[in-house]
Amino acid sequence: MNRRNIEEKIFITLMLASVFIVMGSLVLIVAVIVLNGAPSLSLEILTQTSEGGFYLGAGGGFLNAIVGSLLLALPATGLAFLIGVVIALYLQKDFMRPSIANFIRICLDILWGVPSVVYGVFCLTIMIAIGMTGGSLLFGIIALTLLEIPIITRSIDESIKMVPVGLKESAYSLGSTKVETAMKVVRRQAMPGIIAGVLLGFGRGIGDAASILLTVGDSNYFPTSLSDQTAALPTMILNLVSMPDQVVQNKAYAVAFVLLMIVLLISIITRYLTKKSSKHIIK
Amino acid sequence: MGKSKTIQIKTKDLNVTIHNNPVLKNIDIEIPAKQLTAIIGPSGCGKTTLLKSFNRLLELQDGIKIHGEIVVDGINIMSSGLNVPDIRKKMGLISQKPYPLPMSIFENVAYGLRIHHDKNTKELAEAVQNCLQEVGLWSEVKDRLHDPASRLSVGQQQRLCLARAIAIQPEVILCDEPTSALDPIAAQQIEKLLLKLKKDFTVILVTHTLRQAKRVADHVIFLYFGKVVEQGSAAEFFNNPKNPETKAYLAGEIS
Repeated sequence: MNRRNIEEKIFITLMLASVFIVMGSLVLIVAVIVLNGAPSLSLEILTQTSEGGFYLGAGGGFLNAIVGSLLLALPATGLAFLIGVVIALYLQKDFMRPSIANFIRICLDILWGVPSVVYGVFCLTIMIAIGMTGGSLLFGIIALTLLEIPIITRSIDESIKMVPVGLKESAYSLGSTKVETAMKVVRRQAMPGIIAGVLLGFGRGIGDAASILLTVGDSNYFPTSLSDQTAALPTMILNLVSMPDQVVQNKAYAVAFVLLMIVLLISIITRYLTKKSSKHIIK
Repeated sequence: MGKSKTIQIKTKDLNVTIHNNPVLKNIDIEIPAKQLTAIIGPSGCGKTTLLKSFNRLLELQDGIKIHGEIVVDGINIMSSGLNVPDIRKKMGLISQKPYPLPMSIFENVAYGLRIHHDKNTKELAEAVQNCLQEVGLWSEVKDRLHDPASRLSVGQQQRLCLARAIAIQPEVILCDEPTSALDPIAAQQIEKLLLKLKKDFTVILVTHTLRQAKRVADHVIFLYFGKVVEQGSAAEFFNNPKNPETKAYLAGEIS
């Protein structure tokens, strides 16, 4: 067995080890959440809000956190997408000089790397300045939107960059304007990547605790207006784990489990949408 | 056999540099209307650059500088302030690699019609059918008009691109080595189509195969390293070349 064969075997072993570590970690995390959370899961816990001493070990549930998280993450993702897709289209060579566009891309990359707590503090500063105390749904949405914009924008940008130049030239040759080409041709070709980018943003947004910790406060009830405080799944996990009672702490796993399920569900929907949108794209 | 020649396109002292390298030098040519003009020459001598300057597609590349005039139907399309998409509408372009749009077969042909005209559904359907019949694709796709265009074979895709181009009724069809990526049968179909289309459109064909040019061209322009060496009617060019470089190229000595 010569040196090259040995090298190959070593690398394959290393690759298999990496896969094992990654898959193993994932399985371990899911197993811990499921094993600890499943006993606490019940219809009651999913359909009731946390009034009446949920945090103290009495009955009740965390439906308010489920609703709160969805009311935070869905609008934030929607807003971040609307803003992000326009920026991403405009960054292309057709509309903007590459030197400026690359500078903006660097700024977005830096924003992507900013710890989410900074977005929370930023919104908190504004809230204090306008005299708002306690937190609100609105500022939670704003914090999450700011968090998701760089993620969604850069992901969509990378997908759009992969659209072949020849395809755009075909559209231009037919007398399309730049906007027509972007909206009718580029958008369609990049759609699977766009959808993947939105999922990435949503996943980050719904699971983030630091940015909403300072901005949404807490509540036992569903938020009914943008100025209401609200509960949310990540913050509820923190609250439950901070309680001195073991039984209450275990309920945190149930919340984590629900969070996982929401992300899984959105992931499945995204896969379906991606498949549908790739029907017409040019390979 | 003098065909009456109106000149569709004329260039005056056209110079193109890419990243400050001269690619086209002092090009003065005339393209006759409703005939098939072949632009021939060895690889890398600027044929595609010249072709793409006619519909101002060249400007989309980096580092391009264009000087000189390109007069189409009496208007210099290089003057500032003109609406470029309108200029491009007068020309159709098919490239070496066919790029169908990421839509159904029907929508590909309808694309130009939708953005330029206000046709209703019935008129659109009729126009699409006509174009597909013109290129000989109708019988092959009429039962799957709403299938993705990417499912067609390469030869069918190229014919689809032609159908898409003629749908907006251009005056000129620009072809950049349209048969290079095709098998011989598909290539022959395209050549036959071009011969048919030159009755209604001015066809400009860039090709690196001399034999193809001999089969289809009425008029020939020979480019060699960015300069026009010789241009004239096909009969004159192939039977009675004047320039020594032309003679060498025709004899296969330079390529």
